[in-house]
Amino acid sequence: MKTINSPADLRKLREDIKAKMQGKETGSKEKVRIRVHSGTSGLASGSKAILDFVTQELEKRNIDATVVRTGDLGYCFAEPTIEVTRPGEEPVVFGNVDKLKADEIIEKYIKNGEYVDGILPVNYQNIK
Amino acid sequence: MAKKKMQILVCGGTGCSNLQGESIVDNLKLEVEANALENDVQVVRTGCFGLCSLGPIVKIMPGEVIYTKVQPGDAREIVEEHIVKGRKVERLLYKDPVSLKISSSHAEMTSHIKQLRIVLRNCGIIDPENIEEAIASDAYEALTKVLTEMKPEDAIKIIKDSGLRGRGGGGFSTGLKWEIARKNKSDEKYVVCNADEGDPGAFMDRSVLEGDPHAVLEAMAICGYCIEAAKGLIYIRAEYPLAVARLKTAIAQAKEYGLLCNNIMGTGFNFDIEIRYGAGAFVCGEETALIHSMEGLRGEPTVKPPFPAEAGFRGKPTNVNNVETFACVSPIILKGSDWFNNIGTEKSKGTKVFALAGKINNVGLIEVPMGTTLREVIYEIGGGIRNGKKFKAAQTGGPSGGCLTEKHLDTPIDFDNLIAAGSMMGSGGLIVMDEDDCMVSVAKFFLEFTVEESCGKCSPCRIGNKRLHELLEQITKGKGSMADLDRLKNMSLVIKDTSLCGLGQSSPNPVLSTLENFREEYVAHVTDRKCPAGKCRDLMEYFIIAENCVGCTACARVCPVNAITGERKEPHLINPSICIKCGACKEKCKFDAIIIR
Repeated sequence: MKTINSPADLRKLREDIKAKMQGKETGSKEKVRIRVHSGTSGLASGSKAILDFVTQELEKRNIDATVVRTGDLGYCFAEPTIEVTRPGEEPVVFGNVDKLKADEIIEKYIKNGEYVDGILPVNYQNIK
Repeated sequence: MAKKKMQILVCGGTGCSNLQGESIVDNLKLEVEANALENDVQVVRTGCFGLCSLGPIVKIMPGEVIYTKVQPGDAREIVEEHIVKGRKVERLLYKDPVSLKISSSHAEMTSHIKQLRIVLRNCGIIDPENIEEAIASDAYEALTKVLTEMKPEDAIKIIKDSGLRGRGGGGFSTGLKWEIARKNKSDEKYVVCNADEGDPGAFMDRSVLEGDPHAVLEAMAICGYCIEAAKGLIYIRAEYPLAVARLKTAIAQAKEYGLLCNNIMGTGFNFDIEIRYGAGAFVCGEETALIHSMEGLRGEPTVKPPFPAEAGFRGKPTNVNNVETFACVSPIILKGSDWFNNIGTEKSKGTKVFALAGKINNVGLIEVPMGTTLREVIYEIGGGIRNGKKFKAAQTGGPSGGCLTEKHLDTPIDFDNLIAAGSMMGSGGLIVMDEDDCMVSVAKFFLEFTVEESCGKCSPCRIGNKRLHELLEQITKGKGSMADLDRLKNMSLVIKDTSLCGLGQSSPNPVLSTLENFREEYVAHVTDRKCPAGKCRDLMEYFIIAENCVGCTACARVCPVNAITGERKEPHLINPSICIKCGACKEKCKFDAIIIR
C-alpha cells in the first residue's frame, strides 16, 4: 500500500506512474495503448465484448499492448468506440466497433499504423 | 503490409455524406490508382470532423492539411497536385471570411473546433477504477495546492472570481455559496454532491462519475477545506449502478492512498466521503428535499430560508453542489480564475456539458464554452437533423425548461439568454425536435413527468399540474376550446407563482414556452381539430386515395379491426368509426394510396 503522507509523496508517485506508463522503468519500449470506452453508453452498445475480444486477441497474436477500460468519450452515436495510441503518435478513435472491425484495427492499425475506415476525428480541444 | 506513406481522410459524417462524400471517396480512390499510388496512399472514410458548415471535408496526413467544400471533381487536383507534386491546392484551403487568412492545417483551424473539454477532460482517457491513472493526469494536485499554499478564503476567492455558477440548473455563484457556508459557524459542517440527475435525457453527471470520479472527490475535499467541513456526502440515484460502483472503488482507493483520511498529506486537514443513495425521485434534486432524503425522511422540499448553508444536513451548515460544478473546481484552482473567466460570456463563465438527444445525427455528450449558439451545437457538432428534416425546436432544461425555436438558433447559449428566451439551462439535456414532432404532445409528455414526480406537499404543484395535464389531454384529443388555451396560461402562471419549490415553480415552463412559440399548433388542435405534425392519434384520419389504390386487398387483410372494405381491383375504403389508427395499412400499402389527414 502506497500511503501518501506529504505533497512530495504525491508528486513523486505521479512521476513514477508517468515513467512506468512510458515504459522507462523497465527499460522497455512504450507500449501501444488501447482504450475501450466503457461507460453506461459504451457497455449498453456492447463494449464489454470488444474489451474481452481485444484483450484475448492481442495475447493470442503476441502483441504487447496496454488495454484500458475507461469511461465514455461522449460519442454515443458511434458506440462502441475504442481509442488507440501508438507510441509517439496522436491517439486515433474508431467508432461503431464490432469484432470484425476490432480485428481489422488490430491487424492494420495496431500492427502497422495503417488507417482503417471508421475513424472519428477529434472535434474537441482538451484543456491539457 | 507496412504503413502507407500518406492518408487521405474523407469525412463520412452525415452532413458531408449528403454532399456527395461517397463520390469523393470513390473518385479519390480512382485517382490514386490512376497514378499507381495504391501502395503509398490510402483513402479512409472517417466520422464527423465537427466542421459541417465547411463540408465536405478532406484531410491529408501527414501534414494535417484540411480541404473544405470539396467536390467529387476536385479529386484529381488533390491527388495530382498535393499527393504527387506536394503542392497544396490553395483554392480548397479554408479562408477566414473576416481576416481572409488562409488556414492550411487542422491545428490552425482550432477556432472552428467548437468543443472545449474542462469537465470531461479525463472522461474516456483514464481508467476510472485506477487511481494511479488519475494521479498521472494531475488529480489531487489542486487539493495539494490548496492545502499547502492557500488559506480557505484565498481558494474561495479564486472560485468566486472565476465566475463559476452552479451547473445543476440554478446558476448561483459557487464561490458565493461556499463563502456563505464558511461564514456560518458550527462544530460540524457538510459538503454534499448532488448526483441526483433526474432530467429525462440528461446523463452528463453520470458520465463524469463513470469516467473521472476522482475529479469530484478532489473538489469535494477542496470545498471541505474552504468551508471547514470534514465530511462529504454524495447523493446518487441507485439507478446508476455503474457510476455507484466506480465511485465506491474511487473512494476506497483514495482512502487507501491517504487522500481521503485524517491529516491528509500531513497537512492536518481531515476529510471523508460517503455515498447516500436516492431512489430516483425527481424532486430530490432540489437541495432541501435531497437533504431530507439523506436524513432518512421523505424527499420533500421545505421553505427556504433557512438555506442549507445555514441549516442543512442534520441542521448543520451544508454546501450542496452538482457533479459538473465540482468537476470544474480543480482546473480553476490549478489554472487560476482569469483563465476560467476568459472562457464563456459576460455573465456565464466556463463551459457547459450538454447531452444531445432526439432527432439529431450525432447523439451524445458535448462540452462547449458558454455562449456557443444553438446553431453551432446542432449543425456543427451534432451533425444536423436526422434524415435531412427541418429543425423545429430544441428543449433545454428538461421538464423545467422550455423550447428554443428557429429564431433562437443564433442566440448564444448561457444562463441568462436561456431564461430570456423562456427556457432555462437546467442540467444540460438538449432534446432536438424536427417537423414531425407535435409541440402540444411534447408539453404533455413533460407534464406527465412532473405530475408523476410531484411530491404532493403543496397544492399548486400537486393539483395544478394534474389539471394542466388534463387540459392538454383534452386538447390532444380534439376536445379543447380556445378558452382552454387561456386557462392553460393562467393556471401555469399561478402554479409558477405559488409552488413551494423549484419543481412546481418551473413545471409549467414547457407549456408556457410551447404556447408562446407554437400557439398556432395549439389553435389548430382546438379549432380545426387537427394535429399539424400528425402525431395526435385522436386527431388524425387514415384515408385511401382512390386514384392510387389498385385494389390489391393487402391493407384490408392486415387491418386488425376489419375497418377496410372494398372489392378486389376496386378502390378500397376505410371506415373511420371502426379504424383504430394503428397505421398497419399505411405500412403495408405499396402504392402510397393511404395517407393521414
